Amino acid sequence: MHKKLIVIGGGPAGLAAAVSAVENGLSPEDICILERDSEPGGILNQCIHAGFGLHRFGEELTGPEYAGRYIEMAKAAGLTITVNAMVLSLTDDKKVTYVSPETGYVTCSADAVILAMGCRERTRGALNIPGSRPAGIFTAGTAQRYVNMEGYMPGKRVVILGSGDIGLIMARRMTLEGAKVLCVCELMPYSGGLARNIVQCLEDFDIPLYLSHTVTAIGGKDRVESVTVAQVDENRRPIPGTEVTYDCDTLLLSVGLIPENELTRGAGVAIDRMTNGAFVNQNRETEIDGIYACGNVLHVHDLVDFVSEEAAIAGRAAAEKILGKTAPAVHSVSVRTGFGVRYTIPERIDIPAEPAEEVRLFFRVTDIYKKVRLTITDGNGNVLVKKAKSAVAPGEMESLSLSVESLKALADAKCETITVALEEM
Amino acid sequence: MIYDVLIIGAGVTGVMTARYLSGKTCSVAVCEAGCDVAMGATRANSAIVHAGYDAKPGTLKARLNVRGNKLMKEIAKELGVECKAVGSHVVGFGEEDAKHLKELYERGIANGVPDLRIIGQDELRAMEPNISAEATMSLWAPSAAITCPYGLTIAAAECAATNGVDFYLNFKVTDSSHAGGIYYITNGQQTIAARYVVNCAGVHSAEVAEILGEHDFPIYIQPRRGEYIVMDKTCGKMANSTLFVVPSSKGKGILVSPTVDGNLLIGPNAYAIDDADDTQTTQPGLSEITEGALRLMPCVDTRNAITSFSGVRPTPNIYDFYIKNSEQLPGVVHAVGVESPGFASGPATAEYIAELLTDAGLQFTDKDNFIPTRRADGNPKLFRDMTDEEKNAAIRENPSYGKIICRCETVTEGDILNALNSPIPAVTLDMQKSRNRSGMGRCQGGFCSPRVVAIIAEHENYGLENVTKRGGGSWLVVPKNTKGGDKE
Ligand SMILES: Cc1cc2nc3c(=O)[nH]c(=O)nc-3n(C[C@H](O)[C@H](O)[C@H](O)COP(=O)(O)OP(=O)(O)OC[C@H]3O[C@@H](n4cnc5c(N)ncnc54)[C@H](O)[C@@H]3O)c2cc1C
Ligand SMILES: Cc1cc2nc3c(=O)[nH]c(=O)nc-3n(C[C@H](O)[C@H](O)[C@H](O)COP(=O)(O)OP(=O)(O)OC[C@H]3O[C@@H](n4cnc5c(N)ncnc54)[C@H](O)[C@@H]3O)c2cc1C
Repeated sequence: MHKKLIVIGGGPAGLAAAVSAVENGLSPEDICILERDSEPGGILNQCIHAGFGLHRFGEELTGPEYAGRYIEMAKAAGLTITVNAMVLSLTDDKKVTYVSPETGYVTCSADAVILAMGCRERTRGALNIPGSRPAGIFTAGTAQRYVNMEGYMPGKRVVILGSGDIGLIMARRMTLEGAKVLCVCELMPYSGGLARNIVQCLEDFDIPLYLSHTVTAIGGKDRVESVTVAQVDENRRPIPGTEVTYDCDTLLLSVGLIPENELTRGAGVAIDRMTNGAFVNQNRETEIDGIYACGNVLHVHDLVDFVSEEAAIAGRAAAEKILGKTAPAVHSVSVRTGFGVRYTIPERIDIPAEPAEEVRLFFRVTDIYKKVRLTITDGNGNVLVKKAKSAVAPGEMESLSLSVESLKALADAKCETITVALEEM
Repeated sequence: MIYDVLIIGAGVTGVMTARYLSGKTCSVAVCEAGCDVAMGATRANSAIVHAGYDAKPGTLKARLNVRGNKLMKEIAKELGVECKAVGSHVVGFGEEDAKHLKELYERGIANGVPDLRIIGQDELRAMEPNISAEATMSLWAPSAAITCPYGLTIAAAECAATNGVDFYLNFKVTDSSHAGGIYYITNGQQTIAARYVVNCAGVHSAEVAEILGEHDFPIYIQPRRGEYIVMDKTCGKMANSTLFVVPSSKGKGILVSPTVDGNLLIGPNAYAIDDADDTQTTQPGLSEITEGALRLMPCVDTRNAITSFSGVRPTPNIYDFYIKNSEQLPGVVHAVGVESPGFASGPATAEYIAELLTDAGLQFTDKDNFIPTRRADGNPKLFRDMTDEEKNAAIRENPSYGKIICRCETVTEGDILNALNSPIPAVTLDMQKSRNRSGMGRCQGGFCSPRVVAIIAEHENYGLENVTKRGGGSWLVVPKNTKGGDKE
């Protein structure tokens, strides 16, 4: 079997990418969207709280509502979504093998592939929390699924480790469902979650947030019976004597998300250690020609609105490539991280002979900073772009744009690298 | 019903004995305190089918280990379970260790271990490119193998059940009586009657001996815990064979070993503990094994750890295994203090226990219809182990094989239902996990556990709240409408 474009993953990223490919001239029959779940929508289907779509649609939607909009758009575009189809492997020459109850075990080749597999939650093992291994330790997303989709509670007295958004949202959800959330503890001196979630999910419910704290022990043989929390020093090591033990039956972990890149690795696509996603250019094309990545599989986004935006870029680029409309690059610039910047997307800019539009660079900072200037400098130290901000935090994505003129100038000067950095003012 | 033989404890010792006897003309039952077989030391150990150079010549340990090594590979083949003879190195660092390696080599030769050799640094480095630059030599034992100790034990138990052995799970022996040549063994609610009793209760075997009625039982067991870290599959190829350091008075030391599933295992340490069932892991323990592993292999990076676990050794107050007919209780055989290499010895221990039962008066002959596989129709294959054609055929016949439930380990709904329909139905999350690895991959069940729980509940026709992690009080969820936070 052969398709012009295969999109792996039918979450917000995959749907937006496919819709954008159709908008940019690809026929919907030439596109195949493969989704392993029984319905499209991705992780949004279990996020029944409001707060999605403020940027994209200018109104507050729930997760399923936001997904619904894109499912409708996909239908209107004439796209079909193959559900219950789990992709098992991808090769560097774009052969996709998937399995489903309806079609069996199938290998299909493609001219272009868009990776949109989302991410998974970090687990206890990755953190190496010692202790016994009783029932009652869940990632926040698993708990969210039990509560919102199965109608069950994962426990009644809860300690939450990690203040990522999903953890914060689950603190509120579990409380509303009648559980007692004893505290949220966070290893870092700041929360990784959005400021609005700290207010709406913790403060409004009097749930304490302990920064610079971690879990040092889990008690209980069959089921969690206690969780011990301790303060940590600046090297994030527990400070002896600061332990507090909570009598509880559940530990929820909200300790980060990891892009789901096993297929990507299998295809030999190079992965950026900082994002845990593929290295991409401004079109979200990986280092393998015709393989694109977008959404949480590329880097973890805090808002789905930005996922849709990024996916549209990938969808358009894939369509243009398939239709032979891509202007070849005459020069490549690699994007470096400077002081205070953890990673950037894209990591590379491929500049065509006549750049037609600006390139927006997204990035995350390494720590909380007040009063800063965000800059892009070229290899000779010339500042190309700058923007002042009163505060930045690792939990919120930043961006800067390079104008068409700057791109031209970089290409003309054969500039090899540019650096995104932060200056304290 | 009065069984000929009741086996207490479904670890490798009890299960191999059950499988062995299931090929004979006698009726057999096994009772086990846990919700599954292989819940004791057999679940959590180094998974090495030792070659047999460790034990002192002339001991039971030495004899059963060397024979067990051979039989284990045969049985694994019959049961369709992987048992890979990757070999083992006891790695020496300098002159001091050379003496010890020589000693081990001579023991091995006396014990009848095949193909043992002491090799130099160059050969060692060629075989194990990631070994520490300070390693100077090793004792190479090509017959040492790795397997999945609980997977093999589960398969052997299913085979025993297929051949008519009754398994009583969640049956913790608390009391017993003896009258008219029959033992009545109870868990307080249910009683099993049998003419012969085999005590294979692992770390609790000395207690069970007393429950059975032994006075002044000579063996005392000190539980000793060993902790491990499991590393991601990306590290699985860092070691080609099992790497030990030279054993000291404290034990065999920290090893680095590939696992049959393609992960890398590091551990164990050894600490005496009071509570024999306390399988927690500790921060100092995990640091200790990390350091130990780094000594053998400096490139080990614990950022690739996916989980940690620990197992408890039933260390007796004597050097050897204590496997004997009771002196006080006619028809009772004890298998006590079966610590390492107890797993490797399992199949040979089973033969030996059968001999002891014969000595005690049990009579049997070979059954002519013994089925050596897990099911009457052979050994079921997991979806991920099938060829492409088999995969397609399986999905055509049963579409549930086309539905991936655990995406990290590629476990399908068909695999999960198959484990539910087995002779020992897998009705808990951990039972499923140990049969098909669902929930054991990178995401550690984050994605699949709610789905596996739902499949079990639907198959068993009850609510999700009845599904546990591993029996007892290990509940997972409660229905939403129950009032929470009631302790305040
Ligand atoms: C648990 C969780 C809770 C979240 N809660 C919030 C929130 O409250 N508010 C907010 O703004 N953002 C939240 N987010 C973030 C937001 O939902 C994501 O940014 C967005 O859903 C990412 O979209 P995506 O399409 O990249 O990934 P996903 O939504 O994860 O979609 C990926 C899709 O790919 C499919 N897939 C993956 N691998 C394969 C394969 N091999 N074969 C076939 N299909 C495959 C998956 O089934 C899934 O449908 C949450 C994220 C997570 C993980
Ligand atoms: C850290 C560690 C590493 C090891 N490494 C290796 C190795 O690499 N190679 C090797 O060969 N050996 C190894 N061993 C040793 C090996 O694991 C044991 O010797 C072997 O598993 C013992 O099996 P068993 O059946 O005798 O006991 P167990 O597996 O402990 O089984 C005993 C069973 O009895 C049950 N039971 C207890 N009390 C009762 C009761 N009252 N009623 C009913 N049931 C009861 C328990 O639940 C348990 O399932 C290791 C051991 C440990 C702890």
